[in-house]
Amino acid sequence: MDLEAPKIKSAEEFFYIQRNYQKQYRDNNRFIAICGDTGCTARNSKAILGSLDRCLKEKDLSETVGARFTGCLGLCESGPLVIVYPEEILYHRVIPDDMPEIVEETVQAGRIIDRLIYRDPSSGEKYAYARGLPFYKKQVRNLLSGNWKTDPTKIEDYIAQGGYEALVKAVTEMSPGEVVQEVKEARLRGRGGAGFDAGLKWEECFKASGRKFIICNADEGDPGAFMDRSLLEGNPHAVLEGLIIGAYATDAREGVVYIRSEYPTAVEKIKTAINRAKELGLVGDDILGSGFGIQIYLSIGAGAFVCGETSALIASVDGRVGEPVQKPPRLVQQGYLDRPTVVNNVETLANVPHIIKQGAENYRATGTEASSGTKIFSLVGKVNNTGLVEVPLGMTLREIIFEIGGGIKEGKAFKAVQTGGPSGGCLPASYLDLPTDFESLTEVGSMMGSGGMIVMDEDTCMVDLAGYFLKFLADESCGCCFTCREGISRLLELVQNISCGRGSLDQLDLLKELAEVVKDSTLCGLGQTAPNPVLSTIKYFEDEYRVHILQNKCPAGVCRALITFEIIESYCNGCGLCKKNCPSDAITGEQKKPHYIDKDQCDKCGICFSTCRNEAILKQ
Amino acid sequence: MKKNTVLGLEVPCGPNGVSVITVLQAIQGYYGYLPEEALEKAARELKVPLIDFYSVATFYKNFRLAPQGRREVVTCAGTACHVRGSEKITEEISRTLGVDISSTTEDGEYSLKCVNCVGACALAPLIIVDGRYYGQMTPLKVRRLFSDNPTKTEQTVSSGLSK
Ligand SMILES: Cc1cc2nc3c(=O)[nH]c(=O)nc-3n(C[C@H](O)[C@H](O)[C@H](O)COP(=O)(O)O)c2cc1C
Ligand code: SF4
Ligand code: SF4
Ligand code: SF4
Ligand code: FES
Ligand code: FES
Repeated sequence: MDLEAPKIKSAEEFFYIQRNYQKQYRDNNRFIAICGDTGCTARNSKAILGSLDRCLKEKDLSETVGARFTGCLGLCESGPLVIVYPEEILYHRVIPDDMPEIVEETVQAGRIIDRLIYRDPSSGEKYAYARGLPFYKKQVRNLLSGNWKTDPTKIEDYIAQGGYEALVKAVTEMSPGEVVQEVKEARLRGRGGAGFDAGLKWEECFKASGRKFIICNADEGDPGAFMDRSLLEGNPHAVLEGLIIGAYATDAREGVVYIRSEYPTAVEKIKTAINRAKELGLVGDDILGSGFGIQIYLSIGAGAFVCGETSALIASVDGRVGEPVQKPPRLVQQGYLDRPTVVNNVETLANVPHIIKQGAENYRATGTEASSGTKIFSLVGKVNNTGLVEVPLGMTLREIIFEIGGGIKEGKAFKAVQTGGPSGGCLPASYLDLPTDFESLTEVGSMMGSGGMIVMDEDTCMVDLAGYFLKFLADESCGCCFTCREGISRLLELVQNISCGRGSLDQLDLLKELAEVVKDSTLCGLGQTAPNPVLSTIKYFEDEYRVHILQNKCPAGVCRALITFEIIESYCNGCGLCKKNCPSDAITGEQKKPHYIDKDQCDKCGICFSTCRNEAILKQ
Repeated sequence: MKKNTVLGLEVPCGPNGVSVITVLQAIQGYYGYLPEEALEKAARELKVPLIDFYSVATFYKNFRLAPQGRREVVTCAGTACHVRGSEKITEEISRTLGVDISSTTEDGEYSLKCVNCVGACALAPLIIVDGRYYGQMTPLKVRRLFSDNPTKTEQTVSSGLSK
């Protein structure tokens, strides 16, 4: 039953209400969490929830067994995930029809269902308890732990687990200056890319006078990254609490959450969170009787990567074309509506309540001296355990990819890892023992970025990948600097020449030279970092470029102009499958007789290669 | 711009009232695209130069100046999808449906759109058809999905997903 929720007017009232929520929450400690994040809902987890609800009703268990539709539980690869509490038994790849069995066997009879527990893809070992999984064991899930237990639409769940205590502490016990000091001492560095000291930014804004703004950057344009989306979908109140505390510390009375439209669920969740917080009086005027108040607005993006850059973002919040502008003046001096403005990333803000609650010193115990706390990575690509991982800053790439990520898919060889998105770089196996912190990654030509970590295996072509990022950036350049607009297109052309077999060694040199020019003569971070993917792939995989240029071959078998498909007569039994599926009618042959590919007709789509059951097709 | 309705449509307000973007979003939310007439009327109503609407509408990828197909197919070309072969998926959709990226089939049935990451990279490569996600796609699955017998395909694809 929901309690009446009057506006909370003081710290005492907050703790009184919190005790009530906690009692409700404890009474409900037998519950089943179903991942309701985009990854698992795409695999039908809503129907799993429906099946569980029906089953609990039928068995008259609705009062004693709770059902929670949570945020991302982390191991997205194995979704849909279900966790049975309080034992924290984790079932993976669950289908709706499994739910009655889970209720009967696990909840009622206390037995583990062998078929549904996780099996490590490399060792084959089985794990029934979530915390025992190698995937979770090495992680430090400070920010993501909330995703496990809370229903993101319920502020009660968040408060019951200690949520908004940091806000209460900040506005009733601390001055804004003290909050700034605490965040400074925690050495919280921005998680949106650049790693700028959040406390310093806040301090500067606090010192400015008059109308001020704080903006949460939830644009998350880095393709292959979904940390911010998952925080907003799984634990929106944590981000909101950080935003309100940030507003208090900088004395900004208006806040904006700028979120990309490709994330409709996250938009809904944060909207609901803001409304619930308003109802309780945690957003609005005179929060907890402190005299401090804030209004929060949502601003939904319209599809432009460059709008993640702060000055472009501000133009976009104002409804204009998102073109970056020259700094200085810096935004903390003159930002949105020409007023002092702080822009912080989602994950940066989600760290704030932890800092205020546990104090800077305790916070700093995690991570390294210069990069404190944890970082969430979205570990994707050719890795076994695709998902969201949160680790102390400074953990090595090897630990993340091989111990947590379970290594490379299908037992293939690791080739490279890409961090920092289109601004970042690709690192080869020799850097696997590099600690992931802001400085180490930058030193070797990559970047921390916002936390996308894309793992690549022997089947990924580095020239193709460099071309991929350049194409992305050429499409996304706002076009106001000549060197960005033309330079990136020219870089792309050169790389495409190489992947078509029309490259030369001179072009390789030209590529390097031009990359430096683009780096040095562009206005915003997009242009300045655009050459990173090319430069880092040339730096670490120059051989691969050379094979393309000198031998007209693509070792990974990706660049179309450089590969051919051929049927090995002696392996082919004439089943006709390839012929039936070839979209270009390039395959001929009679039933039960060897087939043949017409190379001029072949479009190199690779369908035959993946359909032939006899490995009779050779890709070269 | 301080008012919060335009053409009778409700427009959410930011700290500075409604903006060109929020107005366009409201219009597109209602019509499915940005009809010329609606833009002209809105520009008059708000006393904003029409050119402002057009420069914003063409800068941002989400805005459409022409009507959409009845069904929307979205392919993801984010990095995670790319390294798992999304290019071939997009190509196969183009070929099967006879439609290029960012355009609509002649009969107005399908629109094909290509985006950079929808944040469900574990399902890479993925496509979204009318809001429904299909993960771990292959060119063959694409062909089956858009063949004449959609029910059968859905089963194949979703069972391929969950078990
Ligand atoms: C082209 C470009 C895109 C960016 N995209 C994002 C983004 O999507 N999300 C984000 O938080 N920061 C993004 N940034 C970084 C922001 O400019 C800014 O550094 C960050 O939001 C500041 O917040 P933080 O200090 O909390 O990290 C981008 C920067 C550039 C140059
Ligand atoms: S560097 Fe590129 S994206 Fe940035 S302002 Fe210049 S043209 Fe625009
Ligand atoms: S699918 Fe393989 S075995 Fe069958 S006809 Fe083609 S090449 Fe021969
Ligand atoms: S690669 Fe594609 S086009 Fe070429 S023969 Fe095989 S199926 Fe046909
Ligand atoms: S989406 Fe379900 S575990 Fe990540
Ligand atoms: S890259 Fe396709 S969903 Fe993320």
